[in-house]
Amino acid sequence: MLSLLAQATSTVTIPSPLYHLAIPEMAMLSMICIILLIDLFVSDRTRFITYLLTQATLVGLIIFTVMNMAGVEKVTTFNNSFVRDAMGDILKISIYFIGILIFVYSKDYLKARNLYKGEYFTLSLIGILGMMIMVSSYSFLSLYLGLEVLALSMYALVAFNRESAKCTEAAIKYFVLGAIASGMLLYGISMIFGVTGELEFNKVFTYVQASGGSLTLSFGLVFIVIGIGFKLGAVPFHMWVPDVYEGAPTSVTMYLGSIPKIAAFAMIMRILSDGMQPLFANWQELLIILAILSMAIGNIFAIAQTNLKRMLAYSTIAHVGFILVGILTAQPQGYSAAMFYTMVYAFTAVAAFGMILVLSRSGFEAENLEDFKGLNERNPWFAFIVLIIMFSLAGVPPTVGFFAKLLVLQAAVEFHFTWLAIVAVFFAIIGVFYYIRIVKLMYFDRVEDDKAAKIEVGGDTKLVISLNGLAILALGFYPFVIIELCRSAFKLT
Amino acid sequence: MIGLTHYLILSAILFCISIAGIFLNRKNLIVLLMCIELMLLAVNINFIAFAYFKGLIAGQVFVFFIMTVAAAEAAIGLAIIVILFRNRNTINVADIDSLKG
Repeated sequence: MLSLLAQATSTVTIPSPLYHLAIPEMAMLSMICIILLIDLFVSDRTRFITYLLTQATLVGLIIFTVMNMAGVEKVTTFNNSFVRDAMGDILKISIYFIGILIFVYSKDYLKARNLYKGEYFTLSLIGILGMMIMVSSYSFLSLYLGLEVLALSMYALVAFNRESAKCTEAAIKYFVLGAIASGMLLYGISMIFGVTGELEFNKVFTYVQASGGSLTLSFGLVFIVIGIGFKLGAVPFHMWVPDVYEGAPTSVTMYLGSIPKIAAFAMIMRILSDGMQPLFANWQELLIILAILSMAIGNIFAIAQTNLKRMLAYSTIAHVGFILVGILTAQPQGYSAAMFYTMVYAFTAVAAFGMILVLSRSGFEAENLEDFKGLNERNPWFAFIVLIIMFSLAGVPPTVGFFAKLLVLQAAVEFHFTWLAIVAVFFAIIGVFYYIRIVKLMYFDRVEDDKAAKIEVGGDTKLVISLNGLAILALGFYPFVIIELCRSAFKLT
Repeated sequence: MIGLTHYLILSAILFCISIAGIFLNRKNLIVLLMCIELMLLAVNINFIAFAYFKGLIAGQVFVFFIMTVAAAEAAIGLAIIVILFRNRNTINVADIDSLKG
């Protein structure tokens, strides 16, 4: 009996996973548990310990990832469900970096509203862990799990202000539509699994390449694209975006509007490029529809908004359209342009929402367009920073937003989507109107009442948001390092 | 003889019922949660059918994960509904319309 057992164990050999590839994820998970435990023993006065630990975790992860950058070739482990490559590492570094900015900006805002609790940090970190898993996933199973880890923590974060009816309403809307999105995505995955019999992206790729497309595969692909569209907030699956952006606490809106877009980009790349590249003719058509509708509806509806958070929500939808234009070229050049665009967008959006947080005080949210009236008289420096941010979102040179748009359009023209590039430029010009309107309000309108008085946030927040704004401008003069990084992730250099 | 196609049709019907339920339901948020569960169960039937008829064990494993996530999702959904009821004294879908524009 014993010898039989020994024989059985000797014949079945399970290769040990390469744990060192997943050190960032494991470190993140351990730190989340540690922060959760330490926070139990921390009072409101010593909450800065939780805050510092959170920031230290992210800084440590940045340093570790930069020192151990993965090569261009993909290395997979955990039975082919986890991948480490240059694209993933670059995206992860940008997620950590923007995560640090988010925590810096939200600190004073949360304190002023009595929301400065440990859960905020743990839930946000769990969300970042989910994004890290999404970025590194190499099978449908790990991708789905990463997505759900992100989504479940986001539902809780949106409902974070339990006393506010607006927050809870936003949370239930986000929850229902997020759940529908997961359902659609899963239904598509089940169809593709049924046809190919595989869950790992590289095996799906091999199968699809060998046998070509079939009706069932296209059927599954449609559901997957619908699921992605919901998660990204692309039209016609965008109904939740403005409501959730407006209803959630602004610090959560900032989180929701920036880094999940990076993770969603990685998700698209993993599924559509690593898994379904041979079927690109099928998903290209779907993405063209999503891209045009997103750019049109996003830019036109944003004009009608008076609430800045709602306006930025529609602007997000329009930017998602631009990202999709880069992806739908189905060429490495387009992918790298879309990757650059996503990172730049997240970096600019976090500054835009950060500005709302900086101008808000206890009992007052600077979320309406009127609140920016005459900002130049009250505070010329922050008016200048808002000016840079708005120019970058609009794509006006010399800000970095201009180069992001330029690269995407260049890729579109190069791969015979000139008509699409013209459509994109047309809607981007419509979009300039509502960004410039804010600049006009700041510089040429007078303050009517005195409710918008001084700025209450701490010196560190002021310093970081100033640096963030200046970096948007500086990157516009010298974007080439990051562009090269994005190109090298797709073996273009 | 019941074959793979029958299971797929069953799951497609369940999926459509759940989608219709989500979009037509104007009454109660709990019904919405039930529709979401039904949607995930339809997907599970799909996975199990493929796993059984094609001999792919990975499909069965996937179903375990979906069931776990569905339980977590239901917990969070119910928690949000509880705080919504505390703030609004209603969980009527038609009444949840303060955010629009």
